[in-house]
Amino acid sequence: MTKVGLKSGMRKKRRLYFLLTSITILGLAVLLVLSALEDSIILFYDPTEIVEKNISPGQNFRLGGLVEEDSFESKEAAGILLNHFIVTDGNESVAVTYEGLLPDLFREGQGIVAEGSMNDAGVFIASEVLAKHDETYMPKEVVDSLKKRGEWQRKTTKTLNYDETL
Amino acid sequence: MIAELGHYLLVLALGLAVIQAVFPMIGAARQDGRMMMLGQPAAYGQFFLSFLAFLALTYSYLISDFSVSVVARNSHSLKPLLYKISGVWGNHEGSLLFWVMFLALFGAMVAYFGRGLPTSLRARVLSVQAMVGIGFYLFMLITSNPFDRLSEIPFEGNGLNPLLQDPGLVFHPPFLYLGYVGLSVVFSFAIAALIEGRVDPAWARWVRPWTLLAWIFLTIGIMLGSWWAYYELGWGGWWAWDPVENASFMPWLVATALLHSAIVVEKRDSLKSWTILLAIIAFSFSLLGTFIVRSGIITSVHAFATDPERGFYILIFLALVIGGSLLLFAIRSDKLQSGGLFAPISRESGLMINNLFLSVAAAVVLYGTLHPLLSDAFFGVKSSVGAPFFNVVFSLLMIPMVITMVYGPHLKWKRADINGINQRLMAITGIALLAALMVFYVTYGGAIMPAIWIGIGIWLLLSTVQELAGRIKLFQVPFKDSLRRLMRQPRSSWGMSLGHFGFAVGLLGIVATSSWTLEAQKVMSPGDEMKIGNYRLTLKDVVPVAGPNYTAVRGILSVAPVGGASFMVYPESRTYISSPITTTEGAVKTTIAGDLFVVIGESQGQGRWGVRAYYKPMQVWLWIGTVIVVLGGVISLSDRRYRIGLPQGQKTSGKVKHAP
Repeated sequence: MTKVGLKSGMRKKRRLYFLLTSITILGLAVLLVLSALEDSIILFYDPTEIVEKNISPGQNFRLGGLVEEDSFESKEAAGILLNHFIVTDGNESVAVTYEGLLPDLFREGQGIVAEGSMNDAGVFIASEVLAKHDETYMPKEVVDSLKKRGEWQRKTTKTLNYDETL
Repeated sequence: MIAELGHYLLVLALGLAVIQAVFPMIGAARQDGRMMMLGQPAAYGQFFLSFLAFLALTYSYLISDFSVSVVARNSHSLKPLLYKISGVWGNHEGSLLFWVMFLALFGAMVAYFGRGLPTSLRARVLSVQAMVGIGFYLFMLITSNPFDRLSEIPFEGNGLNPLLQDPGLVFHPPFLYLGYVGLSVVFSFAIAALIEGRVDPAWARWVRPWTLLAWIFLTIGIMLGSWWAYYELGWGGWWAWDPVENASFMPWLVATALLHSAIVVEKRDSLKSWTILLAIIAFSFSLLGTFIVRSGIITSVHAFATDPERGFYILIFLALVIGGSLLLFAIRSDKLQSGGLFAPISRESGLMINNLFLSVAAAVVLYGTLHPLLSDAFFGVKSSVGAPFFNVVFSLLMIPMVITMVYGPHLKWKRADINGINQRLMAITGIALLAALMVFYVTYGGAIMPAIWIGIGIWLLLSTVQELAGRIKLFQVPFKDSLRRLMRQPRSSWGMSLGHFGFAVGLLGIVATSSWTLEAQKVMSPGDEMKIGNYRLTLKDVVPVAGPNYTAVRGILSVAPVGGASFMVYPESRTYISSPITTTEGAVKTTIAGDLFVVIGESQGQGRWGVRAYYKPMQVWLWIGTVIVVLGGVISLSDRRYRIGLPQGQKTSGKVKHAP
C-alpha cells in the first residue's frame, strides 16, 4: 500500500470509529429518553375530559381550568392550610383539595394548572398548584380548553393581552 | 416626529444591509476588490443607523410618548427612569430592535477588527451577516414595527410587567442577546468558509475568539437570568427547564462544543466539517431561542405578548436560514479536506467525545422542549414534559461527559497513554471515591445519584488542579520555578483550567441545592415560630411599605441559627399600582454552606400571614462557579494568539501584515 493509500485507509477507519461512537451514544441517549419519557410525561386534562375519560384514581396528571367563583375555602390546622376549591371549564367541574400555601396569584375566577391525582371519592388531590409567572396568568392549555368548551368570552380576555385591549 | 424618524432610519438600515449583502458577495466571486470593499462602510453605516433608531425608541420611552404603541403598552409615566430605559427591550418589538442593533454591531466589529482577514473571506462574512440582518429588518418592519403609532392616544401607559421591574431585566436580556447575536458571526464565518471551500487552522484562529466572546456573553446572560429567577420569582427556583430557559441553554451547549472542536481544527487541522456544522447549529439554536419566546407556540413562564400570525414569518425565516445553510453544508462540506490523524485514545478523541455528548444533550433538550408541541399537533394529546425528565436524562448523559473532562486535559495530542494517566490520577480517584462513599453514608436511605455526582464533581475539581500542577511541575522543581512556570502559562490554558475548575465548583453547587433543599411553610401571627434545618424563625411583625410605584407588606423576622448569632430578614410582597400583580421579594441570607430563603405570602386574615422558608445548600457555589468559568473565558479571550483581527497565519506569526 502506498503512503497515501495508507493514510486514506486510516482516515476511513477513523471515520468509521467516529460514526460508531456517535451511533452508540445517540442510541443510548434515545433509549434513555424513551424510558425517562414514560415516567415523566404529564398529561393535561380539563374537567370535561376527566369526566369523559373516567381517569383512574392515583394516576398523576395536570388539571387546568378556572377556579369557580365563591368556591374557595381554606381551613387552618397547626399552621398548615387545607384548601378546597372547584375547577371548572364551564361544562364540567372538579373539586380540588390542596394542602399548603397557594401561590400569590391564585384567585377565584382565574385560570390555574394543578398537578396531582384523583382520589376514590372523585376529588382531585393537588400535590402542586403551578404558579405561572405570566403577566396574563392564563395558561395556554386552559385557554385552549375554554375555547373548546365555548366558555371563552371577552370578559376573561380582558386582562389577558394588552394588545387586545388597545 | 422622533418615532417616524426612527422608522425611517430602520428602512435606511435595511437598504444598507441589502447593499452589504449583495455587493461584497458578488465582488468576492469576481475577485473585484472595490465591490468587496463596500462591505465595511456598509457595516459601519448599518450599525450607526440601527443605533440611532434604538436611541429614537429610547427617547420615546423617556418622554413617555404614549402615542407610540409599544410605549403605551409597556411603559408608565410613574415608572423609575431605569425601568423606562430597560423597558425598551422588555417587550417583543423593542427587543427585536435591540437584537438587530447588536447584529449590526457585530457586523461592524468584524469589519473593524477583521482588517487582517483575507479580503474575500471578510467580504463574504460581512455579506452573510447582512443577509441575516435583512431577515430581521423585514420581520420587524412587516410584523412588529416598534414605531407604530396609535390613532387614539391613551392618557397613561399600561405599565411594565412588575416582574420585569428589576435590575435583572436591565442586564439579563442584553447579555443573552449579545450571546445569541455573537453566534451570528460564527455562523457567517462558517457559511463564508463553505462558499470559499476552505477551512484551515488560520480560519479556526479567527473564529475561536468570536465563539468565545459569544459564549462568554451567553454564559453571563443565562447566569443572570437564573439568578434573577432565583431571587425575584420568590420560589427559589434557579432553573425549571422552562422552554425559554431551554432555548438559551441549547445554543450554549452547542457553543461549548464548538469552542472545543475549534481547538482541534486549530491545532490539528481535523474535525473541520463537524466544526462548521456546529457553527451552523449553534446559530440556528439561537434563532430558535429568540423566536420560541415570541411565536406563542410553546407554553412558558416568560411573558411576551405573542401573536400566532408572526409565527408564519418566523417559520419561513427559520426554514430559509437553517435549511439553506444545511443544504449549503451538504453540497460543499466534502470540499473540506481533513487533515491530522489521531488514535482512539488521544486529546482529539477526548474533545470529539465531549462534542458528541454536548450535542446529544442539546438534542435531548430540544426533544423535551418540543415534545408537548409535537404530541399536541400529531396526536391531539396535551401534555408536558416535566423537570424529572430533563433531570434524569441530563444527569445520566453528563456522567460520561464529565469523566471525559477529567481525562481530556491529561491526554496528549495524536496518541495518549491511558494507563499512565490512570496511574497519575490514582490518588485523586481515591479521594473522590471516598467523598462519594461519605456522602452516601451521611445521606443513607436517600437517593444514590447525589453521592455519585458529588464524587464526580470532586474528581473533576482535583483532576483540573492536578493537571495544572503537573504543567508547572509543582513539587518537582523548586517552588519559585513552579511559580515562574505558572506565570508563563499561555492564557488559553488558564482559560481551560479556570473553565473546568469553575464548572466543577458550579456542579457541586447544583448537585447539593437540587438534591438537599429543605422547605417549610406555615401560617404565622407575630410571635409565632417555625423551624427549618438549623434555623429557628420568629415572625416579629408585618408592616406596610410604600415604594415609588407599588405598595408592599414587609415581614420582619428574626432568625436564630443553631450555635450562631441571630439576624433579621425582611421579605416583601409587592402590589403594583399599574397592574394587579403581586411580586415576591424573598429575603436571602447567603453563606458558603447554603442560602436561607424566606418569603412572605398573602394575608390569611386575622393578622395571620403565610410564610415560606427554604434552605438551599451550597447555592452560592453555583454562582461562584459560573463567575470562575466566565473569568476563564475572558482570560482566554485576551490571549495574544487570539487577539481579534491580527493576521496570524502560520507564516506571518509575529509580524502584523495589513491586507491590501
